[in-house]
Amino acid sequence: MKRNRNLIILFAALLAGLIAPLVTGASGAGFYTEVLLGGLMAGVLYSLVALGFVLIFKASGVFNFAQGAMVLFAALSVARMAEKMPLWAAMLLAVVIMVALAFVIERLVLRPLVNQDPVVLLMATLGVTYFVDGFGQTVWGSDIYEIDLGIAKEPVMILGQLFEGGILINKDDVAATAAAALLVILLALFFQKTKTGRALRAVADDHLAAQSIGIPLNRIWVIVWSLAGIVALVAGVVWGAKLGVQFSISQVALKALPVVILGGFTSIPGAIIGGLIIGVGEKMAEVFLGPVMVKAFDLAGGGIENWFAYVLALLFLLVLPEGLFGEKHIDRV
Amino acid sequence: MKLAEKMRILAASVGTIAAVVAVTASGPVQAADKEQFFPALVYRTGAYAPNGVPFANGYVDYLKLVNARDGGIGGVKVTFEECETGYATDRGVECYERLKGKGATGATLFQPLSTGITFALTDKAPKDKIPLVTAGYGRADSVDGTVFKWNFPLGGTYWDAADILVQHVGKLQGGTDKLKGKKIALVYHDSPYGKEPIPLLQERSKMHGYELLLLPVTHPGVEQKATWLQIRQQRPDYVFLWGWGVMNSTSIKEAVATGYPREKMYGVWWSGAEPDVLPAGDGAKGYNALVFLAPAGQGQVHKDIIKYVYDKGQGTGKKEEVGEVLYNRGMVSAMMGVEAVKRAQFKYGKKPLTGEQVRWGLENLAIDAAAIKKLGFDGFMNPVGTSCVDHEGAHSGRVQVWDGKKWTVTAGPYESDLQIIKPIIRASAAKYAAEKKIPARDCAKDASS
Repeated sequence: MKRNRNLIILFAALLAGLIAPLVTGASGAGFYTEVLLGGLMAGVLYSLVALGFVLIFKASGVFNFAQGAMVLFAALSVARMAEKMPLWAAMLLAVVIMVALAFVIERLVLRPLVNQDPVVLLMATLGVTYFVDGFGQTVWGSDIYEIDLGIAKEPVMILGQLFEGGILINKDDVAATAAAALLVILLALFFQKTKTGRALRAVADDHLAAQSIGIPLNRIWVIVWSLAGIVALVAGVVWGAKLGVQFSISQVALKALPVVILGGFTSIPGAIIGGLIIGVGEKMAEVFLGPVMVKAFDLAGGGIENWFAYVLALLFLLVLPEGLFGEKHIDRV
Repeated sequence: MKLAEKMRILAASVGTIAAVVAVTASGPVQAADKEQFFPALVYRTGAYAPNGVPFANGYVDYLKLVNARDGGIGGVKVTFEECETGYATDRGVECYERLKGKGATGATLFQPLSTGITFALTDKAPKDKIPLVTAGYGRADSVDGTVFKWNFPLGGTYWDAADILVQHVGKLQGGTDKLKGKKIALVYHDSPYGKEPIPLLQERSKMHGYELLLLPVTHPGVEQKATWLQIRQQRPDYVFLWGWGVMNSTSIKEAVATGYPREKMYGVWWSGAEPDVLPAGDGAKGYNALVFLAPAGQGQVHKDIIKYVYDKGQGTGKKEEVGEVLYNRGMVSAMMGVEAVKRAQFKYGKKPLTGEQVRWGLENLAIDAAAIKKLGFDGFMNPVGTSCVDHEGAHSGRVQVWDGKKWTVTAGPYESDLQIIKPIIRASAAKYAAEKKIPARDCAKDASS
């Protein structure tokens, strides 16, 4: 009961914060909508990375710290190979590379550490992060590279009749949203309708029980890391086309951490909803809350969106330790 | 294989790798008495590598040229060693500690290419008696040599840059008095570097009556949606960009995405190189940036570098990148360090010099037009002449525009208004001196010694 009450209070507070700029007149409806849309679009990109975290955690209980590095590695591979071949061929080759990387990680890192404490596996993925980051730059270079999806960068104005000056949107943001939606549908179909997908779910539920009925754990791990690699590839291409492919992508990908904290480590819908909440929350905070805080408390100023995402995630943690859609943890005593 | 056996193999492998690294990583540094050691704090990896790499290449190539063409400085061979900072202050300090004692006489000087690292080293340099050269970056108040004896922001500070930008947009409006009621947005890297121009812009804002919008961008600067939505809402007349690394190209891309005209964007000189505009493609056309010492292009010194370094297979980067903005800036930075050693050799003799001796050379630097021509830098820099009270030595800048293919200088040179800047420098330096209990230097006495 107390938990539900706290949850209601949290949502009420967030909703109040969300609509405050409109109610107080701090922002016009048009600009407010633009910030909201900007946040949702950024949230979709975070969700793409968060999906990779969730997939691996769901199937193996490993928190894959290297997901951001995998996004960078995949994007670098596509961008550099696309300089010498058509984009579609570069993407196909990159899929092969990511599957090979998954195989190597499973064989050299995960298999020798099977049955070790989860923190050991986390540290191992931390090591993989540094290796993949450095190796990717050594092989492909550390400049800013382009992925050209052929989408115009110029903004488009919509709803000019409703809002003064219209609402500004970008086609690449819309394409990112479409790619994320398509990926989620494909993943849902894969998990629900295919034999391998069902095996993955079985491993996620209880990997010892799954092993006892003949599901090969090692193969499942390769598959799930490959899937995470492909998700990283999609995220890398979408991010890369928007921002340029460069080392910073792996750092931005860490924005998926508050997303999975908020959405729950084991929930694909959680990754999507969590991404949207974090995206909207941080953009609203940066645009509306930051300047108010600086004025009210005479602060030195500075960007707040990076840390605000974590504050938001922590608030949810206080009320829902498993995240919005995470599995409830019940210990028998 | 048993665990113990595996561990033995692992230990042997690690030992072998460590031995190979120890043998090969020493690079060009060789122990000898007749050598002048230049530490090179670089960032060839990480978020800022696209800008760090060309600067480092220019810096190192010039040192190689001095050896190959001139046989060193006054017959003293130049040695150097790179240390990767990743643009991180902690790693920069670690590199400083590792390299400060190397070479026959210790480090000649440090050029950290990071304002954050400069802030951290400013307290250390006086104790170690090693000068800090921060050409076009670092602490703007360190121009005051009476307080900052070991800092040399040669050729330009961020207060000069901000001042010149206000002068330029004022001129475009028909006079700085016409800036009243206008809006200028500063989109800045949320770090000591990005915050440096704020006091000057605020001072100018009080004088001319323009509204200053401060829009911070958090490291590394790839998320600027919220920033540019605010620009779209506020519609400033001009945007001054104080970015570094991938932040610059992201800003230009976001300007395209929000429809802000690039012609009204002005970057500081660290936001006006090829890696800043090329990723934005055609969207970067019309974008402006400052240039203080070295614009893009090639002159006699580049021909020498090609002849003595690249054609001998000793080039650090790609031959076709020789002459890019940041390559040239690295080259000019190295040259000013080398000239300081040359200057100090007049006083102390042609031998390896200590940091303290080189500091004298930096404080008495006199690179005039004739020297610039002789060095092959004609057209790439303005004269620089330092003194005990002025550790900067030059206060001018020009404006360049990107036409989609190359940078072209379109305005200037402008001289920063020292009537405005000097009081701010003096106040800030005095505050620092009081905090650190630094006694005032008597320049007249120092000059005679």
